[in-house]
Amino acid sequence: MSMLQVSIYRYNPETDSAPYMQEYQVDTQGRDLMVLNILEMLKAEDTTLAYRRSCREGVCGSDGMNMNGKNGLACITSLSDVVKNNKLVLRPLPGLPVVRDLAVDMGLFYKQYERIQPYLQNDEPAPAIERLQSPEERDKLDGLYECILCACCSTACPSFWWNPDKFVGPAGLLQSYRFLADSRDTATQARLAELQDPFSVFRCRGIMNCVAVCPKGLNPTRAIGKIRDMLLANAT
Amino acid sequence: MVTNITNLGRSGLSDWLIQRVSAVILALYTLFIVAYLLFNPGLDYYTWSGLFAQTWMRIFSLLAFISLAAHAWVGLWTVTTDYMKSTGVRLGTQLVIILAIFVFLVWGIQVLWGA
Repeated sequence: MSMLQVSIYRYNPETDSAPYMQEYQVDTQGRDLMVLNILEMLKAEDTTLAYRRSCREGVCGSDGMNMNGKNGLACITSLSDVVKNNKLVLRPLPGLPVVRDLAVDMGLFYKQYERIQPYLQNDEPAPAIERLQSPEERDKLDGLYECILCACCSTACPSFWWNPDKFVGPAGLLQSYRFLADSRDTATQARLAELQDPFSVFRCRGIMNCVAVCPKGLNPTRAIGKIRDMLLANAT
Repeated sequence: MVTNITNLGRSGLSDWLIQRVSAVILALYTLFIVAYLLFNPGLDYYTWSGLFAQTWMRIFSLLAFISLAAHAWVGLWTVTTDYMKSTGVRLGTQLVIILAIFVFLVWGIQVLWGA
């Protein structure tokens, strides 16, 4: 039983007419490796296998993928977390176009991120040194700024699958609230005006897939609820 | 901002609020009707039509009908925009749904006030 059965989604648009699942066997020698270790071992044998990775410690957010049906970062997901019946199935993040094998085109995801204007906007004259915040004001950004944009949450969200061009998605909305909640940002009204349509925020049905998969333990559903509260307070 | 002209209130926020308020009204109406049926075993036609002859019951019922119409439109509009990617199919389905809701609403008012 030490040979792990690994099934990987393969697709090279230049040579393959359709995607297929390729079966591999990996000798883990009984070790509880990370999923990324398995991919590195396979890559050494089969150099055509394509995936993204960089820091290998859950900081860069490059190796988001679907492991046995659940999105996560391959580098910080151990085999004991996901493997059932000695079988590991690896697929690209669902809902985004596949560039090759496990690498997806993140264009739509970044487009939605760009749309919420993820930078501090302040129309007051800049102070001599810096814009100060009280510790309480700074505390409001906890649980928001830690997002690494790995796209695990947005690609686990059916609302984002069906309308990735219109619904901002959990990752973008978490960042949207990060700037709405920032005491130094003065563009709150303009930001809210951009979000009150039926798609951008309100396509969220609160199923909390985003919370279930976030490798950083963040809660986009709560942030979306806070945005709704701000919209409601503003418009009633 | 995403533009849409077929949703109920033109704004996601108003649709969201209408959906929640109408859900509460429908829940209260359902609870009332179920409780009324439970507390009136052997209900006959005269008691039942007597209930609906009272003005407050007609107002409550009409409120529930309008809530149902709004709730159905917000919900089904969402379903059509999620799953129907062809504009013709989506718009056609939306027109059929809104027509059905309109017919049921007018019919409901006629039943309520016609007798």
